[in-house]
Amino acid sequence: MSVPRLAVWKFSSCDGCQLTLLDCEDELIELAGKVEIGYFLEATRRELPPPYDLSLVEGSVATSADLERIRRVREQSKYLVTIGACATAGGVQALRNLASLPEYQAVVYACPEYIDSLADSAPISAHVPVDLELRGCPIDKRQLLEVITAYLADRKPDIPAHSVCFECKLRGTTCVTVAHGTPCLGPVTHAGCGALCPAYGRGCYGCFGPMETPNTRAMLPLLRRDGMSDTNITRLYRTFNAEAPAFAAAARDAEEADG
Amino acid sequence: MTHRSHRLLTVGSLARVEGEGALHISVRGSRVADIRLEIYEPPRYFEALLRGRAYTEPPDITARICGICPVAYQMSACRAVEDACGVTVDGQLAELRRLLYCGEWIESHTLHVYLLHAPDFLGLPDALALARTRPELLKRGLRLKKAGNEIVERLGGRAIHPINVRLGGFHRLPERAELDRLTAVLRQARTDAEDTLGWVAGFEFPELAVGHELLALRGRGGYAIDAGVPYGSRTGAFTAADFESHVLERQVPHSTALHAELDGRRYLTGPLARWSLNGALLPPPILALAAEAGLGPTCDNPFRSILVRAVEVLWAVTEAQRIIERYEPPPVPAVPVPPRAGTGHGATEAPRGLLYHRYQLDGDGTIRAATIIPPTAQNQAAIEADLRTFVQDRLHLDDVELTRQCEQAIRNYDPCISCAAHFLDLTVERA
Repeated sequence: MSVPRLAVWKFSSCDGCQLTLLDCEDELIELAGKVEIGYFLEATRRELPPPYDLSLVEGSVATSADLERIRRVREQSKYLVTIGACATAGGVQALRNLASLPEYQAVVYACPEYIDSLADSAPISAHVPVDLELRGCPIDKRQLLEVITAYLADRKPDIPAHSVCFECKLRGTTCVTVAHGTPCLGPVTHAGCGALCPAYGRGCYGCFGPMETPNTRAMLPLLRRDGMSDTNITRLYRTFNAEAPAFAAAARDAEEADG
Repeated sequence: MTHRSHRLLTVGSLARVEGEGALHISVRGSRVADIRLEIYEPPRYFEALLRGRAYTEPPDITARICGICPVAYQMSACRAVEDACGVTVDGQLAELRRLLYCGEWIESHTLHVYLLHAPDFLGLPDALALARTRPELLKRGLRLKKAGNEIVERLGGRAIHPINVRLGGFHRLPERAELDRLTAVLRQARTDAEDTLGWVAGFEFPELAVGHELLALRGRGGYAIDAGVPYGSRTGAFTAADFESHVLERQVPHSTALHAELDGRRYLTGPLARWSLNGALLPPPILALAAEAGLGPTCDNPFRSILVRAVEVLWAVTEAQRIIERYEPPPVPAVPVPPRAGTGHGATEAPRGLLYHRYQLDGDGTIRAATIIPPTAQNQAAIEADLRTFVQDRLHLDDVELTRQCEQAIRNYDPCISCAAHFLDLTVERA
């Protein structure tokens, strides 16, 4: 059997999700022996021709050049996995989708006419079919290794779509909301981080985006009870996964209540 | 080949930098006519989207500007907002912040030394090629990089976009025993860092001397990371509050990163600036090893920045050891930071240079305005000037070799193009 050809692509992003691959210090050398790196600009200047068996795509589509490039990447990729909140939900830069682009540009650039920028920052799946989405801002290293390992073993990756609450229970962390009245998005947030924030005494801020069936309506009174204003609830949902549909709807609910 | 009258050379994307950009070189006869480092950062408009957010949010939000140096963004953001609110974080909380920052320096610098920069000196396409010839070297680099990540994970919760940082300090303090578990890791890291310095000292460095103004923070009695006063080699010292009266950013047509000037002059920030301005503040044993590795009191060759990075890794490891040895848990994980109307400034030393934030707050803590000046934007003009000198002296080289050396030259600055850039394609036009 030939060695699978791996490609790693960057769109509008911070580089953190692809860095997660280089952060696999204990596994990197073994992994490099099991795949052939066809394209991974951050790691190598060597490029191999397409097709690529496994493509990992980081970042959102935010410029017209990105739009053309993602279509080409899709054509060249057999199995395409989007990694991280930018690629799966448009990222924090999707906050501009709620604002006026010319107004945003004027804040940052003296001459916005030089800038290639689409009105919206969109997830990869808004433009091309995606085979698997891996959540998180950033993605979790163990989950990334699971996706690659499962691909190499030709099995389905074990990426649960339940909430962060499950992970708190597995970790044995006392519920920060029940014990301390700390507002926490754990009940509506996709698992994957290992329930990190509650383990540090902090409420989950939803960086993995919505879980499979989030009941955000039921969350609203709980967040208020624990001291959050509707303005702050709106901000909380509108951060790293603002354009994930369930979080976008939850933010609208809080915003409407805020009047 | 050098006698063709019109030449256009295009090389694919520049690899092994954080993010992507383009370099355009135009040669007329025997003169470099134009050099442009083109940065096509898909703009993410952080300064715009921060308006209307809560003053507690910049540490988490601005971390997302850069996955390589999120701690730098968190630290500059905290300092700027705390400054606006009239709060100073000191004592053990400041020491813990410095420890977290040391972790990022070790991780980011080691990533650059081993995975991004060293392959140039070894004539390899990437560091993984090293796994076939000298696996023990790559393993040492990955072990050292992991040591940095372990500090950030232990203290920050995770290596990329740590979750434990907040205004005033941390959400949760580490237990003494948790920090003790880092002791053995750091003991090995110290050996690895010393060996790394010895290894890179043996590299062959192309000749290049640059004479820019240098800008770095100056700490009180020590090498600055997380705090200090901006100091320009010609400008002298000035306060963070005066930063924007000295440093002006302007937009150029070929880049989505803004170019910065210090009192009207291009300047350099980062390892070379820190070494030349503050190197003497390092502890004598480290200075002795640096001298052994061939570093003089100042360094004006960007190719030798890999030596400075190796010295800074070694120093960050010893600094982390010092902080852990002396750690006494502070009474609270975070001091209160009540909002107030006003403007705050914060500057810290990201691995690749000075990172400045400014926030203007309303009385209830709502952010009215934000300005962020990342190191790569500050260095962009100096990088272009240095490349001009570099290429001018090497026009006799063929296109392939010239291109390869230009790529290496750009990597000298460890440009964090995610902070400031997107594509990097190299085009050499000779007429």
